[in-house]
Amino acid sequence: MAGPVTDPRGPGATTPTRRGTEAALLAFAVLITVVAQAIVDLTVTGSLRPEMATFSAWITVLWVVAHLVVRRWASYADPLLLPAVALLVGLGLTVIHRLDLASERAGEVAREDAPVQLVWATLGVTLFVAVLVVVRDHRTLSRFAYTLALLGIALLALPAVLPASISEVNGAKIWIRVAGFSIQPGEFAKICLVVFFAAYLVDKRDVLALASKKVAGLELPRGRDLGPVLLAWILSILVLVFERDLGSSLLLFGIFVVMLYVATERASWLFIGLALFAGGAMIAYQIFAHVQARVDTWLDPSAYYDGAGYQLMQSLFGLGTGGLFGAGLGGGRPDQVPVAKSDFIAAAVGEELGLFGLVAVIVVYLILVERGLRTSLVVRDAFGKLLAAGLAFAIAWQVFVVLGGVTGLLPLTGLTTPFLAYGGSSLVANFVLVALLVRISDAARRPATPHAPSMRLGDAPTEVVTP
Amino acid sequence: MTELVVQIFRFGFLLLLWLFIFAAFRVVRADLFGGRPGRVAAVPPRSATPKKRGARGPKSLVVTAGPLSGTKITLGDQPILIGRADDSTLVLTDDFASSRHARLTNRGGQWYVEDLGSTNGTYLDQQRVQGPLLVAPGQPIRIGQTALELRS
Repeated sequence: MAGPVTDPRGPGATTPTRRGTEAALLAFAVLITVVAQAIVDLTVTGSLRPEMATFSAWITVLWVVAHLVVRRWASYADPLLLPAVALLVGLGLTVIHRLDLASERAGEVAREDAPVQLVWATLGVTLFVAVLVVVRDHRTLSRFAYTLALLGIALLALPAVLPASISEVNGAKIWIRVAGFSIQPGEFAKICLVVFFAAYLVDKRDVLALASKKVAGLELPRGRDLGPVLLAWILSILVLVFERDLGSSLLLFGIFVVMLYVATERASWLFIGLALFAGGAMIAYQIFAHVQARVDTWLDPSAYYDGAGYQLMQSLFGLGTGGLFGAGLGGGRPDQVPVAKSDFIAAAVGEELGLFGLVAVIVVYLILVERGLRTSLVVRDAFGKLLAAGLAFAIAWQVFVVLGGVTGLLPLTGLTTPFLAYGGSSLVANFVLVALLVRISDAARRPATPHAPSMRLGDAPTEVVTP
Repeated sequence: MTELVVQIFRFGFLLLLWLFIFAAFRVVRADLFGGRPGRVAAVPPRSATPKKRGARGPKSLVVTAGPLSGTKITLGDQPILIGRADDSTLVLTDDFASSRHARLTNRGGQWYVEDLGSTNGTYLDQQRVQGPLLVAPGQPIRIGQTALELRS
């Protein structure tokens, strides 16, 4: 029990911090990571790499540090958030390493992406620690809401104004490539904007919840209150137009609409959001060739097998090959899917671990999201509630859109699978996101300790508190 | 690599993954159904005056209406401060609430609600709270848009 020293509670009071549970589950996640790496090496090369020892030690140190920091600075945090992240990151590293080996075998230029990803994970844990140490109370964030909004929009707009040579990769203008590093600022913008949405909606929700007319059982908001949702809509359309990125656009608008719904408890916002989305999607489909191409390949990937549909078809073949139980780690050919390391890592997981493995991964995401939403229910301030719900939904929405794309349920969008996929900015940004969730869950589960030492009612001095 | 080893790896790893999930679900389950205290912000009993808490008396304070609806606070012996101030046990964001609006106090296993000089008042059922009033479980306490009640 690493409770704060100033805790006025006596030793008899027991509010479990659950840090022991977290440590045990983290150890389990590390074990799974190391076992997975060993299986990959044994299956593909027949022997263990000497780097295995370094890797295992590194990953262990990483999570031990994260755990100790949580123990020290967020001792009542939810015990499941960190282990779920640890498992996902570990699995991601394994699959990336497995794809490294595959390209090595194919005699291609050996590009070791797994060590790079490990470095990004280390940076992610560093930022995780920094957020937990700096942000001692999540409510302080609401004071910087408008600054964060400005920062978020600046980050979002930056790739759009930069020249294409710096910001464009595969048609999407969402990158900043400087000195060999490529960063997707949109990933960080996501978090800034969720914080802003939360603070803004806490302020304005009373107005936004006012209803004017009831149409078919739905309480419609007043016309003038449509402003914010229209603004969010225009912002996401701008992202779509200037950055040609379907994913970020969808992510932003979805998060805003759902947070609006959570804040006002009015289902009508969901329908308005859906209608706006449908309208925007129709217009985008008519105007933009890249959106049209995405939708066409989604409707009939096999017709475009030689072109745009190749990736999706290969992914579907991979999933089919995997079947129920998968080909075993290292047993499949996940390298047959183009960009399997980042956008299509779920296809690689599905091929090697099968339906059971992929569902296990989805369930781990589900646990992560459930803990986030639970935090949102339990925490006692409205800003924390909205922030936790928004962050948890951001993860859920992203996983849904990506997996929908990989399995052919939705058009491909180019979002990254959180924690799993290769890509530095996504990994680091999601570590910051989880750090915020850990911070809020600490506030939610921490026993309420009165500010002043408690007195019996009769002993309390009489005071007139001006409201 | 023999075929047997490959199969052991294949199914063994899936088993390991699902074992992790079952371990995680056990924690989720303990949170949902386990009688362990402290799952929701518990107000721990004061150790200085260890009172035996019988089966009678309310166990939790539940917000039934308003923005914080669904929030549950486990009751201990310490008073519960409700208001807009950051250090309140239940922090309201309601223009109709004062920064220190009301207080719930435990006296001998029974809870009393007390208005702390708020502008818009605290209501127990339909009655405006003037002095400390005894709150029965299920009786609604109204503060601005928020309604609370004690549950046993």
